Amino acid sequence: MNALLNVIAHIGAAVLNALGLVGELAIFAGTGIFAIIRPPYYPRMIGRALMEIGYFSLPVVSLTALFTGMVLALQSYTGFSRFNAESAIASVVILSVTRELGPVLAGLMVSGRAGAAMAAELGTMRVTDQIDALSTLSTEPMQYLVAPRLIAGIIAMPLLVSIADILGVMGGFLVAWLKLGFNPHTYLVNSFTNLRTDDVVSGLIKAAVFGFIIALMGCFNGYRSKGGAQGVGAATTSAVVSASILILAVDYVLTQLLFTK
Amino acid sequence: MSLPKIRVRNLKKYFGAKKVLDGVDLDVATGTSLVVIGGSGSGKSVLIKSILGLVTPDSGVIEIDGVDVLKAPRAQARALREQIGMLFQNGALFDSLPVWENVAFGLLAEKKIARRFARAKAIEVLAQVGLADNVADLSPSELSGGMQKRVALARAIASEPAIMFFDEPTTGLDPIMGAVIDELIVDCVKRLGSTSIAITHDMASAVRIGDTAAMLYDGKITWTGPAPELLTTSNLLVDQFTHGRSEGPIKMALRR
Repeated sequence: MNALLNVIAHIGAAVLNALGLVGELAIFAGTGIFAIIRPPYYPRMIGRALMEIGYFSLPVVSLTALFTGMVLALQSYTGFSRFNAESAIASVVILSVTRELGPVLAGLMVSGRAGAAMAAELGTMRVTDQIDALSTLSTEPMQYLVAPRLIAGIIAMPLLVSIADILGVMGGFLVAWLKLGFNPHTYLVNSFTNLRTDDVVSGLIKAAVFGFIIALMGCFNGYRSKGGAQGVGAATTSAVVSASILILAVDYVLTQLLFTK
Repeated sequence: MSLPKIRVRNLKKYFGAKKVLDGVDLDVATGTSLVVIGGSGSGKSVLIKSILGLVTPDSGVIEIDGVDVLKAPRAQARALREQIGMLFQNGALFDSLPVWENVAFGLLAEKKIARRFARAKAIEVLAQVGLADNVADLSPSELSGGMQKRVALARAIASEPAIMFFDEPTTGLDPIMGAVIDELIVDCVKRLGSTSIAITHDMASAVRIGDTAAMLYDGKITWTGPAPELLTTSNLLVDQFTHGRSEGPIKMALRR
């Protein structure tokens, strides 16, 4: 009987912890959004965060998009050739990349690179009292540290995804033309005939939301880290894992909202 | 009797079931320096972080200039706390900024002065703590521990605060550098006419920088008196602590 009660107590405690964490995250997100709107603004910090999230993530996002487009063309050809539907490959590649793969893969890569870096930096600042020091120097840490990163995430991700879209489509085009023997002109015409503005815009909307999620989870986990190097390590892992899961879950919700008529 | 600059009454703080502050009472007269001693984990840092507003106490009164900062409107409490300059235990310098920007950070945030004036002011303050202008553009990671402490002190005094807090100012320094930092602290506090609270384990430092001293033990202030009496008092708790005896009323848990 006691063992059963212990199990129930453990489950109850875990549920309460999870709910507490969700509440904490909601308050943090609300405070962060309020900090974005409320002055003072820190353009230098926004610029620095844009470099960190956008510019320095460009190589990894570009390579991911390029190879994904290439693989997608190759895989589609293998499958579609069984049904004599090779002509659909161009549309499949461009729609998959712009609607889904561009934003999601860029989100996962940026989460692993920039989200982890944010959590590590803020976590180190937390455990070395630098965040407390900001408060004693008439500076609100949420406005100085968190708001610029949230803004940068929202701006940088759509820019990265625009580039990822171009490179992903280009990867598919190169494989179709050089390896699979497609006529380049026909392939490009097929690609853009079925592409609508909505397809691209929906991907960019997703990217902006994912950028917010990456910055939010990086800052949230870093901001509340404790316990020295181990705590910072745990915060970094947690930032990447939670942002990745949230990106995939929110992707489903956004797809439902944006594409269900 | 004049109003104390800082007055703390019945301050309590628990972290879960752990009692950290259990009814702390403290007065710090204007223009004087109080040193708080106590063992590791006795709540010294929590005490000053509560006054700074970095930790929210469970109950009690914290008055600065006669105003209860726990009950005052947010803007007023913030304005009162902006009088406080803080030297953190490990310096807490911002790694991403050069030395001069660390020193001028508060000036740039509070007074919105132009960056070139802020830099000139930072170099002036660095000179006050014995640092040459060639360190201004270095990163904090390029400095020795003693130099980092000096930069952190420069940052704390840059906006000429009316109140200064020092959290273990000599920790991690050799005895000579510790004495140098203490001299700089005494000099800065006297020159600015500030009221200060320092927390320390270092008895030589406590006597050098304090006018008065208090011992925090078991969540309460158990002794107060002139700082030089720390070394001569008959109070058993203070005597054991200052002389570093393992035997006495303070029981330390030993891990076996």
